[in-house]
Amino acid sequence: MTGSIYAERSAQIHRKGEEPFRMVCNKESLAGAVSQRACVFCGSRVVLYPVADALHLVHGPVGCAVYTWDIRGALSSGPELHRLSFTTDLQETDVIFGGEKKLKRALMELIPRHRPQAAFVYATCIVGLIGDDVEGVCRQVSAETGIPVIPVQSEGFKGNKRAGYQAACRALFHLVGTGDTTGIGPLSVNILGDFNLAGEIWIIRRYFESLGLQVVANVTGDGRVGDIRRAHGAALNVVQCSGATLELARMMEEAHGIPYLRVSYVGVEDVADAIYRVAEFFAHRDPGIMDRARRLVRSELEKLLPQLARYREALQGKRAAVYTGGAFKAFSLVKAFRHLGMEVVLVGSQTGTEEDYRELHEITDPGTIIVDDSNPLELSAFIKEKDVDIFVGGVKERPIAHKLGVGFCDHNHERKIPLEGFEGMLHFAEEVYRSVMSPVWRFVPRRLEEPRGVRLQAVRR
Amino acid sequence: MLHHTPAVVAERKALRINPAKTCQPVGAMYAALGIHRCLPHSHGSQGCCAYHRSHLTRHYREPVMASTSSFTEGASVFGGAPNLRQALATIFDVYDPDVVAIHTTCLSETIGDDIPSILKKAAADGIIPQGKRVFHANTPSYVGSHVTGFANMVRAMVETFPVPAAERMEAVNLIPGYVEPSDMREVKHLAKMLGVDARVFPDTSGVLDAPQTASFRMYPSGGTPVSVLERLGQSRLTVALGPTASEPAARFLEAAHGVPCRVLDLPIGLRATDRFVQTLLEDAGGALSPELNDERGRLVDLMTDMHAHLHGKRVALWGDPDPVVSLTEFLADLGMKPVCVLTGTPGKRFELRVRGILKKTAPRAVVGAGADLFFLHQVVKKEPVDLLIGNTYGKYIARAEDVPHVRFGWPILDRVGHAHFPTLGYRGGLYLLTRIVNTLLERADRDAPDEELELVL
Repeated sequence: MTGSIYAERSAQIHRKGEEPFRMVCNKESLAGAVSQRACVFCGSRVVLYPVADALHLVHGPVGCAVYTWDIRGALSSGPELHRLSFTTDLQETDVIFGGEKKLKRALMELIPRHRPQAAFVYATCIVGLIGDDVEGVCRQVSAETGIPVIPVQSEGFKGNKRAGYQAACRALFHLVGTGDTTGIGPLSVNILGDFNLAGEIWIIRRYFESLGLQVVANVTGDGRVGDIRRAHGAALNVVQCSGATLELARMMEEAHGIPYLRVSYVGVEDVADAIYRVAEFFAHRDPGIMDRARRLVRSELEKLLPQLARYREALQGKRAAVYTGGAFKAFSLVKAFRHLGMEVVLVGSQTGTEEDYRELHEITDPGTIIVDDSNPLELSAFIKEKDVDIFVGGVKERPIAHKLGVGFCDHNHERKIPLEGFEGMLHFAEEVYRSVMSPVWRFVPRRLEEPRGVRLQAVRR
Repeated sequence: MLHHTPAVVAERKALRINPAKTCQPVGAMYAALGIHRCLPHSHGSQGCCAYHRSHLTRHYREPVMASTSSFTEGASVFGGAPNLRQALATIFDVYDPDVVAIHTTCLSETIGDDIPSILKKAAADGIIPQGKRVFHANTPSYVGSHVTGFANMVRAMVETFPVPAAERMEAVNLIPGYVEPSDMREVKHLAKMLGVDARVFPDTSGVLDAPQTASFRMYPSGGTPVSVLERLGQSRLTVALGPTASEPAARFLEAAHGVPCRVLDLPIGLRATDRFVQTLLEDAGGALSPELNDERGRLVDLMTDMHAHLHGKRVALWGDPDPVVSLTEFLADLGMKPVCVLTGTPGKRFELRVRGILKKTAPRAVVGAGADLFFLHQVVKKEPVDLLIGNTYGKYIARAEDVPHVRFGWPILDRVGHAHFPTLGYRGGLYLLTRIVNTLLERADRDAPDEELELVL
C-alpha cells in the first residue's frame, strides 16, 4: 500500500515517535488527487447559511445551489428562510452577455416577497470569470430595498474552504456595527463558530446564560441579522472551530476593540475549559461568576460521569480514527476519545495549519499517524494498518468506513444529535458505543468469528 | 421553512427556487462510473468534484471515487492544461484506473480549455501510459441539466471506444438510461429472459451497489468493460431507453457505425415495459419465455387487485423527463390522475409527451419542463393532491401540505431501497406499485378514526 502513497504526499503525513515533527500543510491539493476537500464557495456557504432570516441567493449555474440546499441541519428557532434554495440558474446566454440584470431581477423579486432582514449574494466560479459586478448590483438593490445586500466573494477557484471562511467573515463584517447596541450590558458575549447543528448552540447559550451572561449574537447558528448587526456591543467574542469565524473575531477586535477567546465545546475538558475561561474573563466585573461556573460544571459532571463510565467499560482499548474539516475539532475529539478509554491512532484534517498539527502532535500518543488533506486510498490503508474500530469523518468517508467493516460517527454536516457540551459528550459516547458495539461487524469478513462463515466466504471467492 | 411558499403563482424569469434539476457534471460522473475500472475526472475547481461525490454518496450510500483538476486562480486565467497534465500523471501513478473519463465544468468550459489537444499532447509526452484510455465529454453546467450531462458522457463513450465493424454480430446494444444500478440489473435480466445477447452500457450495477467485502476497492467489480464498448459498432441494433438520456449516443452509433437504433421510453410500468419487450422480440431476435410471461402476469395481477384504492387519486409527480414520462403513463393506466407533472430539465418534448398521455385522463393537468419545486408547491397548494411522487426534495411539500410522498427518481437522500430494488421492468413495476399502494394505505390507517380503523384493507 505504501507504494500508492505518492511521494509528494509524504510531507503531509507524520508518524509520531518515528521522526521529529514536521508537517507541510495549507497547500493546494495535487491536481488529480481524489481529495476530500471542497472549494471557497463551500466554505462561505456553510458559515453563512445558518443565518435564518437572511435571503441566500447563489449567483451561478444551478448546481452550486443544489449541492448546498439544506445539507446541514443548522436549526432555527424561528424563521427558516435559509432552508430554501435560491439561485439565478445562469444559462449560456447569461454567461455570454453577463448575469447582472438577472441577478438584479432575482433580488427585486425575492426581497419584497420574502422580506428578509438582509441578503447574501454568493459569487460562484463562473461569475468571477465573466466579471459580473456583483458588488455594484448589491449596492443598487440595497439602496432600492433598504436592506443590507451583501456580496460574498466566494468564487470556487480562488482557494480552498478556508478562503471561503474568510470571504464569509468579510460578508458578516459588513453587518457588524450597523445595529443599535442599546440594552447590551457589560456581561455579554457573542458565540462565534457554532452552527447549531442538531441544536448545539442552544446548549451553549444555556451554559452562558446560567453564568449570568447575555448572549448578543449567534454567529451563525440560529443566527439573526439584527443580532449580528449589534454584535459589536458585546464585551467578548467566544470563538469555536478552526478557522470558520476566527477572521471575523480578529476584524471585530481591530475595529471595535472586542477581545476574543478560542474555545471548543466538544469533550468534557474542553467544554469545562470554555466555561471557566469565559467566566475568568468576566471575573473582575462579576466576582460571583467563577462560583457559578464551578457549580455549573460540577452539576453537569455529576450527571454525566456515572453515565459515561458505563460506556467506557465497554469501549476501553478500542481504536479510533479521526478525519475532520478543520483541525480544531480534532483536538477535542482526541481528548474525548481518551475519556472513553479509547485510543486515537489516526488523526487528520482537510484544512489544518502547521500550528494545528503541532498541537495534534503534542496531544497524541506515540505511533499515531497525523495527515493533512488526505484521500480515500490513504485513509483506508491507515485504517486497516491500525485496525481501527471507529472512524469519525464526514459524508464522503462514511461508506468507505462501512466498506472496510469499521464503525462510523458523523461529526460533521450530517450529525443528527448534538455532540457539544456535557450532554453532547454523552450523546457522543452513545453514538460511538452504538456503532462500535453493533453486532453487524461480526458479519464483516475481516472480523468473522464463526469458522463456518469463513468457509462460506472461502467457497464464494 | 414550510410557510415560505405563497399560493399565488408569480411570473418568474430570473431565478430558480428549490430546483428540480442540477448541473451536467454530476450526471456525467455517474455515467462514467458505469465503465469498468474507470475514474471520473472533474476538470474544474475542487468544490465541484467534492459536491458531486457527496451528492452521489448520499444517494447510493457507497464510496464514490473521482479526481479533480483542482483549479486555482492561475488556472482560470492561463487555462487548465497544466492542471490536467499534472492530474493525469497523478491519477495513473497513484490510482491506476484503466480509463479516465473527463468531464468539464462551467469554469473550464468558459475558459475554453481544448481538451482533445491537451489529451493528444499528454499522450505524445507519455503522460498517458500504454493501454490506458482517456476521453472527455463537454458538460457545461449552464446548459441543460444533470440528465444532459449523463447523455453527453454516454455519447462520448460511443464517440471514443467502438472500433469500425468488420462484420455484424447478433448482439444488441442496450442503453439503460439515467437509472439506478438495480434498474440496470433489471434491464440485463429482461434481456437474458428473452435470450438476447445485450451489450449494456453504462452499467453501474456492481459499482454503486457493491457488496460488503471488508475492503475498500477503488474500482468495484461492476461496470461495462472497455472490450465491450469497443464492440458496440458491430451490433445489429441499439435499443436506447429514455430519449433524453440515451438517444444522443444511439444516434451517434447509427450515424458513425451504421447500427440502427430504436429509441424507447424507459420501461417503467406495464405498457412501457411491454414496448421494450416487444422491441426485443421483434427486432432483436428475442423469444418469450413462460417465466417472463408470469412476471408480467404478476404485475397485472397486482394492478387489478389494488385498482380500487387507486382510481381517481390525484397525483403530483416530478423528476427527470424520461422516468416521469413513463411513470405518468403507468399512473394513468392505474386509474390515477396525474394532475401536476413537472421536470426541472428544460426541453419541449417532455410537455408534448405528457400532454399526449394525459389527453383523456387529466386534460387540465399542469405540465411543465424547466420547472422547480417552489412552483410545484404553489400548484399543489392551490389544487390539493392525494399523493406526491418524486425525489427527496419533495418532503418539505409533503409535510407542509400533509400529503403522502413516494420517493422516486434522483436523488433520494433519506430512504433506502432504490439502489437495490428496480422500478424498471415488470418486477420494478411491482416494487413501485407496492410502495404507491402501501403509502396510500398507511395514510388511510393514520387518518382513520378509531372506530373506522379497518383490519382488512
